[in-house]
Amino acid sequence: MTNSIGDLAEAEAFLVIGSNTTEQHPIIGLELRGAVRRGARLILADPRRIDLARYATLYLRHRPGTDIALLNGLAHIILKEGLEDREFISQRTEGFEAWREVVEGYTPERVREITGVEVDDLYAAARIYATSKPAALLYAMGITQHTSGHQNVLACANLALLTGNLGLPGGGVNPLRGQNNVQGACDVGALYNVFPGYQGVMDEEARGKFEEAWGVRLSGQPGLTVVEMFNAAHEGKVRGMYIMGENVVLSDPHSRHVQEALEALDFLVVQEIFLSETAELADVVLPASSFAEKEGTFTNTERRVQRLRQAIPPVGESKADWEIICEVAKRMEGVDPVQWEYNHPSEIMEEIARLTPIYGGISYQRLEDGGLQWPCPDGDHPGTPILHVGRFTRGLGHFSPVEQIPPDEEPDEEYPLILTTGRVLEHWHTGTMTRRVPGLEWLVPEERIRMNPFDAAKRGIEDGDWARITSRRGEVEARVEITEECAPGVVFMTFHFAEAAANLLTNPALDPVAKIPELKVCAVQVERCKD
Amino acid sequence: MGEITLKIDGKTVEAEEGLTLLQAAGSAGIYIPALCADGDLEPYGGCRLCIVEVEGWAGLHASCTTKVSEGMVVRTTSSLIDSVRRTLVELLMANGHGDCLTCPANQRCELQKVAAYVMPQEGRFRGVEPAHPWDESNPFFTLDMNRCILCGKCVRTCDEIQFLHALDLAYRGYETKVSPDFDQPWVESICENCGQCEAKCPVGAIYERARLEGAPSAETRTICAYCGVGCGLYLLTRGERVVGVRGDPENPVNEGRLCVKGRFGYDFINHPERLTSPLIKEGSRFVESTWEEALDLVARRLSEIKKEHGPEAIAVLASAKATNEENYLIQKFARAVIGCNNIDHCARL
Repeated sequence: MTNSIGDLAEAEAFLVIGSNTTEQHPIIGLELRGAVRRGARLILADPRRIDLARYATLYLRHRPGTDIALLNGLAHIILKEGLEDREFISQRTEGFEAWREVVEGYTPERVREITGVEVDDLYAAARIYATSKPAALLYAMGITQHTSGHQNVLACANLALLTGNLGLPGGGVNPLRGQNNVQGACDVGALYNVFPGYQGVMDEEARGKFEEAWGVRLSGQPGLTVVEMFNAAHEGKVRGMYIMGENVVLSDPHSRHVQEALEALDFLVVQEIFLSETAELADVVLPASSFAEKEGTFTNTERRVQRLRQAIPPVGESKADWEIICEVAKRMEGVDPVQWEYNHPSEIMEEIARLTPIYGGISYQRLEDGGLQWPCPDGDHPGTPILHVGRFTRGLGHFSPVEQIPPDEEPDEEYPLILTTGRVLEHWHTGTMTRRVPGLEWLVPEERIRMNPFDAAKRGIEDGDWARITSRRGEVEARVEITEECAPGVVFMTFHFAEAAANLLTNPALDPVAKIPELKVCAVQVERCKD
Repeated sequence: MGEITLKIDGKTVEAEEGLTLLQAAGSAGIYIPALCADGDLEPYGGCRLCIVEVEGWAGLHASCTTKVSEGMVVRTTSSLIDSVRRTLVELLMANGHGDCLTCPANQRCELQKVAAYVMPQEGRFRGVEPAHPWDESNPFFTLDMNRCILCGKCVRTCDEIQFLHALDLAYRGYETKVSPDFDQPWVESICENCGQCEAKCPVGAIYERARLEGAPSAETRTICAYCGVGCGLYLLTRGERVVGVRGDPENPVNEGRLCVKGRFGYDFINHPERLTSPLIKEGSRFVESTWEEALDLVARRLSEIKKEHGPEAIAVLASAKATNEENYLIQKFARAVIGCNNIDHCARL
């Protein structure tokens, strides 16, 4: 998030697109509900009529995979009506004219054709967003999990630049990060192309710094991303994998392909708290301690680094992940064990702070009371609740022209429906944790394919019937829930349930820049099965 | 907002304009009994226990709904106040069960605390023996109307904190009760099971059933492990088990609020299926091993693959569930020990 959870309350309007906030970030959902009750206006754009629609001033149901057309269309109207922030554009941005030319092509009528959103609603949304200040834009995986994911994000940023909604409380472009520490894992370099603190592996100066600190020569060649790793395993190029705390068999697109890739490996080690579907395929499983059994830090979606503290001793003989990694490293050939001697996670944080400018001022001592939001470059820095105040990190804010791109896979005669996937409030990701909580499992015990009454009637399917859902990659059986939440032509599934794993169906096609798979759109057919 | 000077029980108190008398007294260390007031909720004035006398004003005034003003002279106790409070508590007791020792709220009950202060007498009033059926439809908590004092905190919490209003006070007079929408079983209502009402209940009317298995003996301040919001919470423990969770009111992110997963999703921690020792696959089945054996095997196999096929033949996946320190170490492992940048995690999933 460019902004903080706490300053959402100052927004006069919200544009929420591709975020099921009340179910997936429930406490941020409360901030939205509260703001609406106090009079803020909320525009929700989502192919599904999710819970948040009940609180929305205006709900736009666009077709899956048409976000760029919608966002460009809103920008088009804002310009046509002269509602842009001219002072902000002239003083703090660049690339406006080139971008404007692209946006001019997105007339309301054309956008209606592409997105299915009525022209009047487009006007109303554009006016609400552009005439309320500050206005906060929130998005999540509904924007990013597309083959056009990175362009979708740019289209969001363009809209905020156009209305001068960056660098002020209550505004901003606010991606809501999914996992508890997905922000932190990225920050500390668990990515194929950057060292900790987003310092590029191809940057010689950065590489030199880490070579000196770690006492070895380092590769300047970006590595493989998760989906590419599985492709490489299929091809025999990757022969060994070390997986820490991820259940890729259920969480990644095209599960059969993932499973075959893992089975093709010469050696797989999985570090886990349960024998997950992925751990089942391992040659060695190392038992890890859960979050309740160890010390450390997590970084949340607003870049706040917070302290995790140990409440109970490790269960059984399990060990904290950091201890296990050190033990493995010390046993590897040619490793200097001094590089892997840590008595406590706070010593690891000291090393992170030394090498990572955005974490430079983070220490366990300073995290005792509340957290710190990065960038926090030194020990006296109070942290940064809002990014881009007065000046963008790159200098001027850049308008990036982006054009609507169709999803990789579109409905056709054989697979006439669009499947979009997500999660529910009561479960988490692949269910490894929540499906072992009896109360949560009781509340939501099984998968339901959600489907519009029109599509169901056409197939002779009644509420609760068993159905088979098929894509080019696989098939799954589950009961159907008939609901107006889905538009005709769109069905929804979660990926919580191993026995009806939606990711057997999903498309692993990637955004060429961000390498994110298109989990939000694939073509499927649904038919009634089992009487 | 300016500072206001007033006198409470003869003590000169400075308070910020806009505060209530109850808040001003509280910050000056003066105890006024109260059951329906809560710093997170709008003033309500329901229980009337916080009544005070104000010089120059007729009658008794609820201090939770009366704002401070310059020069006020306030008395929090007098024979009249004490006798009214005593009667109020006796009336509450007459309408409920007095079996404190078996109540899930025993020793953390606000009514017990208030009673200890006002010293009610037993048996002056005889109410109707309440016989409400329990609502145990929710998988996590029970509504026991027989212990309810109708302070409305749960109703107001659901409305003012959750903005959901799944609960309300239904019916009239003696029939009044806390009810989910349309007086249907709790679990069939629009409730999102966040448990915030249970956390705010001052007595044993809404309680987490896990509490019946024993009170926690310690608590640890930490961070939730589910979503990216990063709510602060306390893990409540009993020996080596996590037996409950409460929201951390001091955490700037959630200010005590939690969702259903954060508050009730802890059973996986001590689940019998947790992996408790390293496993090595022999044929198609796993065999338990020692740490030494497993670690040596992992290091040997990875070293062999690296030597035979080069560092690029190894790929490492970090975890968005693990800590910063652990993710830092595993990327250091991939880059400095394996020798390539094949390191990623589920950031895109």
